[in-house]
Amino acid sequence: MEPTTNLSGERIQNVSRRGFLETLFGAGALILGAQVVPQEAQAAVAWQPSVYLGLDTNGAITIVTHRSEMGTGIRSVLPMVAADELEADWKLVKLEQAIGDEKYGSQNTDGSCSIRDFYDAMREAGASARLMLERAAAQKWGVPASECKASLSVVTHAKSGKKAGYGELVTLASQQKAPAKSELKFKSAAEFRYIGKDLPMVDRDDLCRGKGTFGMDAKMPGMVYASVLRSPVYGGTLKSFDDAEAKKVKGVSQTAVIPPFKAPHMFQALGGVAVIADNTWSAMQGRKKLNAEWDAGVHSSYDSDVYKKELMDAARKPQKAFRNQGDFDGALAKATKTHEADYYVPLLAHAAMEPPAAVAEFKDGKVTTWTATQNPQAVQEAVAGALGIDKKNVICHVTLLGGGFGRKSKPDYVVEAALLSKQIGKPVKVVWSREEDLQFDYYHAVAAMHCKAGVDAKGKPTAWLHRSVFPTIGSTFDAKAEYGQEFELGMGLVDLPFDIPNLRAENGPAKNHVRIGWMRAVANIYHAFATHSFVDELAHAAGRDPVEYLLDVVGPARKIDLKAQGVAYWNNGQPIDKFPLDTGRLRHVIEVAAEKSGWAKKKPTKGRALGIAAHRSFLTYVATVVEVEVDSNGRVRIPEVHMVVDAGLVIHPDRVRSQMEGAAVFGTSIAMMGEITAKEGKIVQRNFNDYLVARMPEAPVKTHVHIVASNEAPAGVGEPGVPPVAPAIANAIFRATGKRVRELPIRKQKLV
Amino acid sequence: MIKLTLNGAARQFDGDPEMPLLWFVRDIADLSGTKFGCGAGLCGACTVHIDGAAARSCVTPMSAVAGKKVTTIEGLSPTGDHPVQKAWMQVNVPQCGYCQSGQIMQAVALLKQKAKPNDADIDSAMQGNICRCGTYQRIREAIKIAAGVKA
Repeated sequence: MEPTTNLSGERIQNVSRRGFLETLFGAGALILGAQVVPQEAQAAVAWQPSVYLGLDTNGAITIVTHRSEMGTGIRSVLPMVAADELEADWKLVKLEQAIGDEKYGSQNTDGSCSIRDFYDAMREAGASARLMLERAAAQKWGVPASECKASLSVVTHAKSGKKAGYGELVTLASQQKAPAKSELKFKSAAEFRYIGKDLPMVDRDDLCRGKGTFGMDAKMPGMVYASVLRSPVYGGTLKSFDDAEAKKVKGVSQTAVIPPFKAPHMFQALGGVAVIADNTWSAMQGRKKLNAEWDAGVHSSYDSDVYKKELMDAARKPQKAFRNQGDFDGALAKATKTHEADYYVPLLAHAAMEPPAAVAEFKDGKVTTWTATQNPQAVQEAVAGALGIDKKNVICHVTLLGGGFGRKSKPDYVVEAALLSKQIGKPVKVVWSREEDLQFDYYHAVAAMHCKAGVDAKGKPTAWLHRSVFPTIGSTFDAKAEYGQEFELGMGLVDLPFDIPNLRAENGPAKNHVRIGWMRAVANIYHAFATHSFVDELAHAAGRDPVEYLLDVVGPARKIDLKAQGVAYWNNGQPIDKFPLDTGRLRHVIEVAAEKSGWAKKKPTKGRALGIAAHRSFLTYVATVVEVEVDSNGRVRIPEVHMVVDAGLVIHPDRVRSQMEGAAVFGTSIAMMGEITAKEGKIVQRNFNDYLVARMPEAPVKTHVHIVASNEAPAGVGEPGVPPVAPAIANAIFRATGKRVRELPIRKQKLV
Repeated sequence: MIKLTLNGAARQFDGDPEMPLLWFVRDIADLSGTKFGCGAGLCGACTVHIDGAAARSCVTPMSAVAGKKVTTIEGLSPTGDHPVQKAWMQVNVPQCGYCQSGQIMQAVALLKQKAKPNDADIDSAMQGNICRCGTYQRIREAIKIAAGVKA
């Protein structure tokens, strides 16, 4: 009896070597919680040609899906890529959601990079296994491997008419030498079986039947429920608490203190008092009855109005230059005319429909958790750090996520569950309420921006300054960080792809008073809002058509190498030759958007107009045309949006469309209604009654998505639809009403 | 002791009568298809049917469902292929899917009241159900397919 491992690398006892070569589904019963959490059984398989693939003697194919599913479809789509190259019959494919393990490569499902970073890896895994199966068949039949061809889980030798299913070949295949990458034969685009096709997502029908298992739904045997009271002010610490009333709530068993974080806060638990109960509601009721006194600390005077003024003032003063091309000051002095404008985007909350939730058990020095996380490896690290154990002893099972938008890359809530389980000696499920979600988010940064341009006689800029000031995500990891990080400045500030000879991009310092984090499209949101509002302002000042003007400012098709200009530019961590900053592609999406929306024919009328913006982010190019109607009460309706996307090669057109449709709604929420504010250090908004998000009547009625056919390297689509939406809406509103909106949310502006 | 019918089966509850139906359904009856989104009747993720009408289970105390028939997404159709569910699948509505149980329950209730809804009817009935992924236009399309009205 030798121990072996399943696809996730968990050791399974009582499995003989012989058994390992047989079908062993059901071994997952050994995993704690598997009986309760209806996760796919984690199975040992006969042959594991890659960390992502397992094949069994009965023909079953297991594909490990290692990225988190929060609505993009990635859990289904990456396995389709592997299945395509493997020539697997999709009907025989079973998905296994990977636990957190660095052997899969990054599992941090953020940055719109799952396809970009794993498309090749999935193809190599599939092509490699296919070749080994063909070689196994060749060996079995004593024929040249070049005469054996795999198709839909069967290898055929055409000359002799011999056929063998993958299951029959597994044992022989597992004995083949793994091929070198140079031996692999990848399919041509014409041979793709799944890539480029709209196969249904594997979870679709479950999700229409209430069957998907989210973090909120995960259960472990013997678990208790916890609701946590935290300092209403960031960084506040517990002075004292009285839990007498809390304990009187039926179902409440005890309370437990979670110690405060140590700066920098990273992904630590914030700290507080947890109420433990035998159901969620009792735990929440108990929390409401806790009396706690807090030492509010240094952030207790944080006030959004005051802070806004500080940021706006800083944005109007010279700051540190991160790009300085040509001579901005000299060109400005010589310009025919100059224009300037200030823009503001408030703090925003992710507000995913599923509030943070995790169940964790600490037992025998190990933590097992089931949670909705975008980043199970970060769960391993954060939980291990908090409990003083090795990260290998943190088993993180990933459930479906009820939205993520970046919030669930930060596993503070999982740390809470693990710490509480260790204290209490039982599995603990931590459930955040909507109020907690909105008050203790890693917020999208508030930002103030100042733009200034000098233009020539035709109104085209010869000098351009964009200065932004915002609290940085860097403060998550370095409590003293005050300047934007390279990745934030590289999201629409230093990478402006405009044909303007004298360009300056500046960033000023800002202190954080809450946790700041990534939210869908991140710094692109505010940088694109300022840039594309300002371009539109300049077009109007020049008396020119916004589309014609935008194309003129973008300039001729060319590839911009910022590094060659001495600009520190991250390009999403990708080589610039593989993913150039290509103004030709940017021009093209603008031209298609103008054509598809009927821009030239639909001239603005009173209360109704089109607006445009186009932005490259996450290596993808998106142009957005929005049509707005503004009624006599200033109410805005969005009958139509056109989203044109060039993301390189597209694997699943329907999920690209759904991401663009969703981005139009997400961008509408940002433009029209979203705002988080603070008074005396405390977040004012409590729930969806005062943190407003787009509902059906406020959302664009119809979003048309146009995908640019491309064989360029695949980039990503989760985020890049978002940035152009808010400026396109603001630009449309200007043309419909004459009212220029420079501060979001638009609902606070008087439009008529 | 509160007696109710949940998805056709008789159930009893002897806990706090103030406990919202949502938590009875999720934590005690162990039906996790009905979702927690806001706890205040603001987002619709918890929508169930009480005697056939859509209701927010997160703000409906157990005391209010004594003697009533409660239907959750799991009880909508024995095979999970109610016409509204089928329409949802046909146009691939779900992204993350978390809100979709509530959306579907709300849509089914709408079609019971108004078999052939127009856009204004759909807006009015569905505006209490938030989808942060932004699937609204496909929800609208699916409702029209289920209702057999022109998209």
